[in-house]
Formats: sequence, C-alpha cells, structure tokens
Amino acid sequence: MIVKRKPLNLFERLYLPAIIGGFKVTLRHLFKKKVTMQYPEEKWVVPEGYRGAPYLVKDQEGSTKCVSCQLCEFVCPPKAIKITPPGPAGQLADRANAEKMPKEFEINMLRCIFCGFCQEVCPEEAIFLQKDYSLTGTSRAEMVYNKEKLLALGGTHAGVQKWKHKAEEAKAQENFPVKV
Amino acid sequence: MSAAPTTEVKPAPPAIEKIKVKVDGREVEVPKLTPDWQGKFAPTTMLQACDIAKKDVPHYCYHPKLPVAGNCRMCLVEFGTPALGPDRKPVMNPDGTPKIAKSPRPAIGCATPISPGMEIYTSTPGVKQMREGVLESLLINHPLDCPICDQAGECKLQEYSVDYGQSASRFVEAKVHKPKAVDLGPRIMLDAERCILCTRCIRFTKDVAGDDALGIVNRGSYNTIATFPGLPFDNNYTLNTVDICPVGALTSKDFRFQMRVWFLKETKSVCTSCATGCNVLISSREEKIYRYTPRDNDAVNGPWMCDAGRLNFKWIHRADRLKDVLVRGQKSSWTAALSEIADKLKQAPAGSVAIVASARQTNEELWLISKLKTKLGALSDSVERTGDADKLLVSADKNPNTNGARLTGICFSEMGINLPKIAAGIAKGAIKTLIVFGEDVTKHGISTELLGKLDTLIVSDILPNATTSAAHYVLPGCAHAEKRGSFTNTKGRVQKFLQAVQPQGEARAEWDFLHDLVYNVTGKNGFLTIEGLFNEMAKDVPAFNGLTWAGLGDTGVTVKI
Repeated sequence: MIVKRKPLNLFERLYLPAIIGGFKVTLRHLFKKKVTMQYPEEKWVVPEGYRGAPYLVKDQEGSTKCVSCQLCEFVCPPKAIKITPPGPAGQLADRANAEKMPKEFEINMLRCIFCGFCQEVCPEEAIFLQKDYSLTGTSRAEMVYNKEKLLALGGTHAGVQKWKHKAEEAKAQENFPVKV
Repeated sequence: MSAAPTTEVKPAPPAIEKIKVKVDGREVEVPKLTPDWQGKFAPTTMLQACDIAKKDVPHYCYHPKLPVAGNCRMCLVEFGTPALGPDRKPVMNPDGTPKIAKSPRPAIGCATPISPGMEIYTSTPGVKQMREGVLESLLINHPLDCPICDQAGECKLQEYSVDYGQSASRFVEAKVHKPKAVDLGPRIMLDAERCILCTRCIRFTKDVAGDDALGIVNRGSYNTIATFPGLPFDNNYTLNTVDICPVGALTSKDFRFQMRVWFLKETKSVCTSCATGCNVLISSREEKIYRYTPRDNDAVNGPWMCDAGRLNFKWIHRADRLKDVLVRGQKSSWTAALSEIADKLKQAPAGSVAIVASARQTNEELWLISKLKTKLGALSDSVERTGDADKLLVSADKNPNTNGARLTGICFSEMGINLPKIAAGIAKGAIKTLIVFGEDVTKHGISTELLGKLDTLIVSDILPNATTSAAHYVLPGCAHAEKRGSFTNTKGRVQKFLQAVQPQGEARAEWDFLHDLVYNVTGKNGFLTIEGLFNEMAKDVPAFNGLTWAGLGDTGVTVKI
C-alpha cells in the first residue's frame, strides 16, 4: 500500500514550534517526582507472594525438612532439581520417625524458571520460592546450588511438625505388647 | 508363522465345561474350572469371571499364584442367582428371562465360585460404598508416610485411594503405632505400621518357597507380621515378598531409599545367573541400573525369581570395566584392531587357531563364532559352571546359555572336554592363535605360561582378569543389560532380552563387532541388525529353524534340544 503524504503547511515547516513543544515536555518532567531507582545502590521492595529463587528451609528446631521424596524433581518442568537419595546405608533424617533425608540436593539456578511447582508439590513444606531475584556467579558450576547452600539461604520456616507429632504419639504408646 | 517349531508338551486341555454368567449385565462364557495357584483345576471364582469380562475388581490379598485367603474384603461384589420355585424349577420373568434372586449379602469375589446363570454386579452404588468402607478401615492405622516409603508409586493403597478414598480422614483418635524399620532378614525391611495384614508374604513363603518363616503375632490392631524369635527370614526367595506386598510394609534393603520408582525405565530382559533364565524387568535411570524384578512367564518362572539372581547386577557398574580397545597394551580403535585381527586370521593355517567361547554369550554371538570356527577349522569349546540347584527355580548349571553353545556347535554335549586338547595344542606349538570370549582361561587349564607361547591372543571380556592382561588384543564387550540378544535356557526356551543401558566407554556389543570380524574374515554379510542376525541364524541352525526375532515375543519359544 502506498501512503500518500500530505505536504507540510507553513506553520509546520517553520520547525521552531515543534522544538518549543518538546522543551515544554522536558521542563514539565524536570519538576516532577523522580521514578528512576538507583539500582544496585537502591533496592526494590519485593512484594509478598513474589516468586524468587527456591531454597530449602529448616523447621523451628533447626532440622532439615526435606525427606527426599523427589516429587519436586519429578514435577520440575526444566529439570533443574537433582536429588541424590540417601540409599540403604545413608544418614537417617535428623528428625525422629522420618527415616529419610537427601544425601545431596542440587538446584541448577540457570535452569530454574521460578515457576513454583516444587513448592506446590512438596508434601513436607520443605522448599519455598523466596525473594532472591538477582543470582550471580562466575561459572556454571557455581550456579548449581547444593544442599548446604540451599539450606543456608533458605532459613527457617515454622510449621506443622508432622514427624515429631508421630514420634510423640508413638512414644505415648510405648506399652506396645511385644518388641519385634 | 504357521508352523512354530515348538516342542512344548502341552497336555491336551481337558474339555472344560463352559458356563454363562453375566457381569454387570454383559453375558460372558467362563470355564467352569480354572487352574489355581498350583495349576490344579478348581471352580472358577467370581473374581476370575470378572477378569474374563474385563471388569476390574480391586483386591489386596488375592494373588493368582497364591492360595486364596479372602481376608482383605476389598473384592466384595454383589451377585444374584437364578431363582428356583418350590418345584426346583427356575422361575421365569413375564418376558421369558430367568428371574434372578439377588443375594441379600455381598460376597468376596476371590473365593466365591460361579454357578450357571449367575449375575455379578461390580459397579453398583452398594459395591462402591463397600470398597470405600474397606479402604477407610484399612487406612485407620496406616501412617501415611508416602514421602519416605519406597512403595510409593506402585502401592495398591495409593492406587485404590485415588479410586475409592476420601480426601480427609474422619479418624480423630491417635493411630496405633507399630515398629518401624524392623530388620526381618538380611534382605528385607519391615514397617509394621504400613502393613494391611493381607498375609500374601506368609502364604508365599510357606506354600511357594517352602520355608514357613513368617506369621502374625499379637491381637487386634496390634497384629504384626513377624518371624519366629531368633530365626531370620533368609531363604533364597525372600525378595519376592517385597514384590507381592501390596503396600510398603516389606521393602528391599538393597533398593531401600535408592530411587523413586516413577523415575525408573523398565526394560524386558532375562536373568543370567543360571540356566533357568527367569524373565526380569531391569529398572534403570540415567544409565544406572537400580533393581531387577521378575516378569511374569508361566513357561519359565511364573511371577517369581531368586534373590541371588535378583541382586546379581552390581558388577555391571564396576569401575574397573574394560572400556578401551587395546592392541598389545596400547589404546587403539575398533576399525584398526578388527582389520588387523582379520588379516592375521586369514593368514592363519588351518588348525592353528583355537576358540574358547562362553556359554554366557548370546545365541547370535555363539553362532557368529561358529562361522569363524568353520572358516578357520578351529577347535572350540566353552567353560562349564555348576553350583547348587533347588526345587523351585535355581538350576545347577550357572551358564545362562549352555544349550545355545551346544546348538550352535561351539561345544559338545559335555562342555569343556576340548580345553585340555587346546592346552596340549598350545604346548606342542600346533595352536598359534587363541580367541577367548568372556572367560578367564587361566583358571581352566590354560596357564599364563601357555598363553605366553601363543603368537596371537585375542580376548573379548567385560571385566579385567589374568587372560585379558596377557592378551595381544583386548576387545571390550557388553553386559547383557547393555545389548540385545537371545539365550536358550535349560529347557530349550529361546528368550530374547533388550538393552537397558548404554555400553561403557568404547565397549561394543559382541555380536556387533563379531559381525564385522566375520565379514572381514569370511566375506559373509547381510545381518547388520540383531533382528536380521537372529533370523539368519534361525535359518542356519537346525534347532532354531522357523524362529524369528519378532516371533519370540516377550516370553520366548521352546525348541527341541
């Protein structure tokens, strides 16, 4: 399609009115409130419910909550999570009654898409998307966060201590008739 | 395939009367008698009739290869029988159909025999309600520790909870807690809380394995599976109880906390630990094998396998596997090594070559070796392996393919009689070239000094040994889980197995490089794939005539041996 251009009239051809119009806009903004943030000196307030990097959390007693059920590994769309289960000879969980704890838990933050499926699927409330959005590293290997790092970054999340509750319930029934 | 060359002696099936029953309104013809767990004919049950009518009836304690116990009550169904008048004649509806007297009470499908004209209802609201009730009752004291339970993913409680379960428990009282992580035997771990007391494990070990080791102790909700005090549960079939346990009560110590089952890729294969050739599924993930489980094949192993065979796969991942083609100790390539070997073999005068093959190799590989043997006029043999047998599955012959070696002409019916001849030939200097496949000949009468006398020693193996370290040419081979092929078991059943994981390093399947070698030496070609190779072999070996790779199916074909 050919667009026919109307020839400019005299007022438009004068050039100066447009310049003045432009200066008016600039002057108006000069006295308005500034919207630019001086990142990284100045940081953004992350809203509630923001989906940042997923980290592992500990319970109020400082125990690892994850039992390595591997549901997050299964549900993870970009396959960022890799869990090494403890195996038969592995260390038992640091909570009574839950016999299992991951030997290694790795999240490749370069793969992670912060979708939150891992948090949604976790039956133990052990992984949460937290507020970190700026993850940096100098190599690919550095961007694979291991269990130690994830637990250190994750902090504590108080919640229902289901395994502790079970252990207490079992202890109350110690008159179980026969020791097998 | 019109004339499959099977010699399976099937007893002429006794003429079994067929009776008509209706399952959910659909009429099906059902044999009056069905083989029970021992293969004896017993009256067909409602559950079997529903199975024939393709109606799923949930069940926990029923297992087709175990005696019926009828204790889980999950298979409750409603039914009715033709009503009889006072004159013992069927009462008819006005439209001429027999009037059905519906039973006032439901009955368990697994133990109620069918009768002519019976109507079974599996999907009425009443049946659904009963299933929901039974499931709720089974879950009263269940710990719901699926996140740490190895059975999760293949658990009947989980499956039926999806179908008949409630999203929340109505039970507010404290659950009964029973012992967890009980060491029941060297290979079995018991979690008494998860047990639903179906007694499958008790029946299996008493009636099938013949070791009455398990029982239930205590009363009421304290019911617990236990061994006799001081007696471990350690027969050679204990791990089958893990397979048949419908919940996570009995778990394998070897597989404990190794991997969640939903990640595992299952490959149809055959166990190589003895000549029985139990059908197995190899479960692997990311090139690592995690477990073997038996695969149903009534002609060989039924649904069982022995513990020794099941755990005999760790060597596949050994770090010292042979991974490189070595020519006189130096790393080389397949092309270079194979053409060098072929040149040497072509120049070798007749009678100067001997071959020691292995009865652990597949039919196809042994057949290719027999082609080399004929071309070179070589002496050949294999190595016998014997051990203890038992009444159930374990065979005294520990080679998975003894019959394959015999049928392809690698060895005589008595295996190993040529080995002294080969040793003598080397000592005299008549035999200058020795080809060894998968055997350490230094342990079978051909000492390292004798090997030193050879001009050429060609060895293909999986793991390093004294023979491979003396070899001029080392060709790294594959474990059965890393290649395809077929074995002929002790009864002459030809069974194929498929590839579960990739070969390690430079290793290649023996049939693959043998094909190249045979082509280089004899000029014979035309079987680049395992299918083509098998079919070619079937044409050439009289015992295998008429077989095809596809025709073997998943469960194999029996040939005359």
